[in-house]
Amino acid sequence: MSLFDKRLTPTEAPKRGRYSAGVMEYRDMGYWQPDYEPKDTDIIAVFRVTPQDGVDPVEASAAVAGESSTATWTVVWTDRLTACDKYRAKCYRVDPVPNAPGVYFAFIAYELDLFEPGSIANLAASIIGNVFGFKPLKALRLEDMRFPVAYVKTFQGPATGIVVERERLDKFGRPLLGATVKPKLGLSGRNYGRVVYEALKGGLDFTKDDENINSQPFMHWRDRFLYCMEAVNKAQAATGEVKGSYLNITAATMEDMYERAEFAKELGSVIVMIDLVIGYTAIQSMAKWARRNDMILHLHRAGHSTYTRQKNHGVSFRVIAKWMRLAGVDHIHAGTVVGKLEGDPNATRGYYDICREDYNPQNLEHGLFFDQHWASLNKLMPVASGGIHAGQMHQLIDLLGEDVVLQFGGGTIGHPMGIAAGATANRVALEAMIFARNAGRDILQEGPQILEDAAKACTPLKQALDTWKDVSFNYASTDTPDFVPTVTPAE
Amino acid sequence: MRITQGCFSFLPDLTDDQIRSQAQYIIDKGWAVNLEYTDDPHPRNTYWEMWDLPMFDVKDAAAVMIELDACRKAHGDRFYIRLSGFDASHGWESVRISFIVGRPKTEPGFRLLRQEGPGRRQIYATQAYAADRPEGDRYKS
Repeated sequence: MSLFDKRLTPTEAPKRGRYSAGVMEYRDMGYWQPDYEPKDTDIIAVFRVTPQDGVDPVEASAAVAGESSTATWTVVWTDRLTACDKYRAKCYRVDPVPNAPGVYFAFIAYELDLFEPGSIANLAASIIGNVFGFKPLKALRLEDMRFPVAYVKTFQGPATGIVVERERLDKFGRPLLGATVKPKLGLSGRNYGRVVYEALKGGLDFTKDDENINSQPFMHWRDRFLYCMEAVNKAQAATGEVKGSYLNITAATMEDMYERAEFAKELGSVIVMIDLVIGYTAIQSMAKWARRNDMILHLHRAGHSTYTRQKNHGVSFRVIAKWMRLAGVDHIHAGTVVGKLEGDPNATRGYYDICREDYNPQNLEHGLFFDQHWASLNKLMPVASGGIHAGQMHQLIDLLGEDVVLQFGGGTIGHPMGIAAGATANRVALEAMIFARNAGRDILQEGPQILEDAAKACTPLKQALDTWKDVSFNYASTDTPDFVPTVTPAE
Repeated sequence: MRITQGCFSFLPDLTDDQIRSQAQYIIDKGWAVNLEYTDDPHPRNTYWEMWDLPMFDVKDAAAVMIELDACRKAHGDRFYIRLSGFDASHGWESVRISFIVGRPKTEPGFRLLRQEGPGRRQIYATQAYAADRPEGDRYKS
């Protein structure tokens, strides 16, 4: 149990009555219960709490429990009209964060009845609502959550799921390959479709709109959809493979989004995409639409770094990943480790496990604080995107496995011989590496040699390896699980 | 053209030794090897003809190769043949890997049919050139 158990025993009886008018410490109001054993049906959250100087960590943690459940700043007699003992969130454990003086992990259990079934918006309004602005705290971060099976079962989950997505696309046994069309802004619909056609014909499975491609003066959305679907269908006929292009339906209103989604469906697209910034309610609405309309739903996590990246304040991405699996998207960007964007290898492994496993055992090294049962909720395909190239194929497969979309944007479109050559280079590198892995070779050790051998029969791969062989992004991560206090370097 | 369905179509055609290594990988994973063939390689043609039942109890890839040889003798190079691994474990219960192990000598590919709709909309259809002929008579040996 917690370090505080001996030093800070449960408070003795308050000096005055619990319901006398006035202000009372949160710990005395029932929000600190070190003897409480969370029930299987409780939702549990762990916060990283940084109290203001002079504020007792247990009182600060009790305040987090209070402000994220039933409390306000003063005693209210109307508590007595309710089963208030049940509804109060209970902080049951406070641990100092290793190697971080003045920072604490607070574990808080919430009664299931506090939450509306199947609503991420309701969950978020409680758990990350008012409490993040609470003055006695310098900073607050939601690190992880545990959801009871009864709660998980109130959500639809991913509209399609990894298995059915693979069946629909008829693609098994290897990561899917994608690329984001670049430049991300400025192409006309006609030129945009050219990039899509070349990339898909060259060997990619998917191309992707970027997060901020919606409907701008240089390219309105209907134009983009029409040209993209021309490209998809031409590439399908040229290769005999199912192809797709994530048509971004993010828009100002739900009515606009539904209109764009319907048009994508009419044109025969297998996939549409949304941005995280549309909000939890809109995401759940689109997930239901996607399930109704046999559509794969890609989520671009635009905006998440504003609150996931800094350790002391915000919401960990592992929580966002859990919420998005419940909310029902089919793809989520979850980090590359080796690419250009933030991502500690251990923490990233934790995100991938949240997306793809039916049961996550507690794994502090990977940042998973709790056992989590997913109760056969569909699996969610993680997407690795941003600054990755064919020369890293062995590392990517070793780190991320095969149920992942690898997106090489610059690594496809920036190929010296053109987009189709770039796509071919990536596909050959991928197939050669999966083949070698299955044949029993140690791809992490022999990866560069496997790529070089494959390049003998594929000039585009040789050119790709020559162009990008020395590119890597080795920076220390800002967000690492703190039970393993050292930063793990990217390979 | 070259149809690029399956896991390894961008590599040079696999040798029998290479096919055996992948079949053994499937067996070692506890999955069942399945052989199927078709002369209608449309990307939405899910159900290729089964070459007997999936090999649930086969433990040695040599047995798979014997079946593959028999399938080749019967259907030769007038058909596509694919080898897949089926995982019956809970939460997957589907194909884990699939790749082409035989294809016709010449692959004429697909024509893209277009039907003009309103508002610049096109209704697309993909049709194999070979599909004009009856089944079994589509690719020359």
